[in-house]
Amino acid sequence: MPDTLLPGQFSELEAFAPTWCLPTERERFAKRMASSMEDMQAFYDAFFPRAEEAIAYCEKFPLDDMPDDAERLLQLLYSLVMVSFPVETWRQAHIPDSGAAYLDLLIEPMP
Amino acid sequence: MARFEKPAEGSWTAHYPELGTEPMSYEDSISPEFYELERDAIFKRAWLNVGRVEQLPRNGSYFTKELAVANTSVVVVRDMDGRVRAFHNICRHRGNKLMWTDFPREESSGNCRQFVCKYHGWKYELDGACSFVQQESEFFDLDKVDYGLVPVHCDEWSGFIFVNLDKEPSQTLTEFLGPMITDIDGYPFHLQTERFAYRATVGSNWKLFIDAFQEFYHAPILHARQSPVAARPEVQAAGFEGLHYEIEGPHRMVTTFGGQGWRMPPEMLKPMETVTRSGLFGPWDAPDLGLDELPAGVNRAHKKPWGLDSFQIWPNFVLLIWERGWYLTYHYWPTSHNTHVFEGNLYFVPAKNARERLAHEMAAVTFKEYALQDGNTLEATQIMLESRVVTAFPLNDQEILCRHLHKVAADWVDEYTRDRAGV
Repeated sequence: MPDTLLPGQFSELEAFAPTWCLPTERERFAKRMASSMEDMQAFYDAFFPRAEEAIAYCEKFPLDDMPDDAERLLQLLYSLVMVSFPVETWRQAHIPDSGAAYLDLLIEPMP
Repeated sequence: MARFEKPAEGSWTAHYPELGTEPMSYEDSISPEFYELERDAIFKRAWLNVGRVEQLPRNGSYFTKELAVANTSVVVVRDMDGRVRAFHNICRHRGNKLMWTDFPREESSGNCRQFVCKYHGWKYELDGACSFVQQESEFFDLDKVDYGLVPVHCDEWSGFIFVNLDKEPSQTLTEFLGPMITDIDGYPFHLQTERFAYRATVGSNWKLFIDAFQEFYHAPILHARQSPVAARPEVQAAGFEGLHYEIEGPHRMVTTFGGQGWRMPPEMLKPMETVTRSGLFGPWDAPDLGLDELPAGVNRAHKKPWGLDSFQIWPNFVLLIWERGWYLTYHYWPTSHNTHVFEGNLYFVPAKNARERLAHEMAAVTFKEYALQDGNTLEATQIMLESRVVTAFPLNDQEILCRHLHKVAADWVDEYTRDRAGV
């Protein structure tokens, strides 16, 4: 494993990378459900202001041939999308009125 | 006062007088006896969409489809000549399920040169012919020609693969679909191959979930909190009105407006929508679909501002085409009178870069947030319908398609029951 997971210019986000660089929606959804609002808010507050910069960084590479650190940054953006619903909308991890309902994502594009 | 023009009769429902305007019974969604009739009358007689041609990329590609409602499993395969065929997924020797992986009740897919039964090694060509019997000389007067796989009627429309379990379907697929659906021909589904495939078991009758996604009257209320606070009063006050409803045979469709996020002020949007330029209605920046104009069947009434078309293809297949150049499908596979398997598939033109891919992710995650609220509410509906405390329910003009679905189900069951009685 390299010492850092993300491209150098995003080093201030390294602390979030081990938790939120997750390749599949299933993992990201599970992490969201298992996380506190404080943790998700901290991740969102740190990353959201730099989201556009991260998108611009990732889109320089072909999707099917991204350097590992850029691909992890893209996974971090996917996780930002995931936590944006609890943070911006619900104020809780769980979707209101969704009870025990589930919806498994069986096939998704990679990355 | 309607914002959008309605037919001359004064309402969409009155435009189709056979639907009536009386309160409706939902007995068809809570009765185990009615469900047993639906299995034979509907699911063993209608054309059923089981997948897309992209799931069979090469000769020898196959997938299986569990059809619990019809007590069978089918295997769909592209044979060595490139032709798509379907068979009941059963070995002719002693009835073992032919193609499966690890778990007999789960669907499987892959690529093979022939079908080989796990049990005793019988082999079948991809055209269904039995090609090998283990220790053939031990059998009695067995001619392999008599032991081919049992075929299922199979046909394609616009890359969608349909099967029909009837011995002799009363209509071809084209006849069954009818002009309202086949007018969509030419829409470039084949370019939209980036797929998100969702699946869930839902605790309601299959028709209740179709109802939930074929009326948008519920959307401003059930999903109110999905809108930013600033947008909620406007969303709820406006309610919902469809731009165009149309019914043809057993199929139905609605055209709606909306989804023009790029025209909204930021306070009406979620911050993540602004960053990703995407949301429930999909990416704001549409891909190039290479179309000079849409096929005649898409936005068929030429409404503006067009947001989406939702085609409800009888019995359990929904095709939803978005103005922004993507589409999704829903399938509702009954497993009992009060349970079904829901499948939702989102299809995009493959992302060329991370920005496009992230916009797809935002659309897909948003879809799930909504769908979970919908799916859970259905169970609440099913529970109380089963109380039979109330047996007549008023449906408004924006719920016309629900009225039609239940009428078609009743009509098909009636016709089947009469046929069987020889009346």
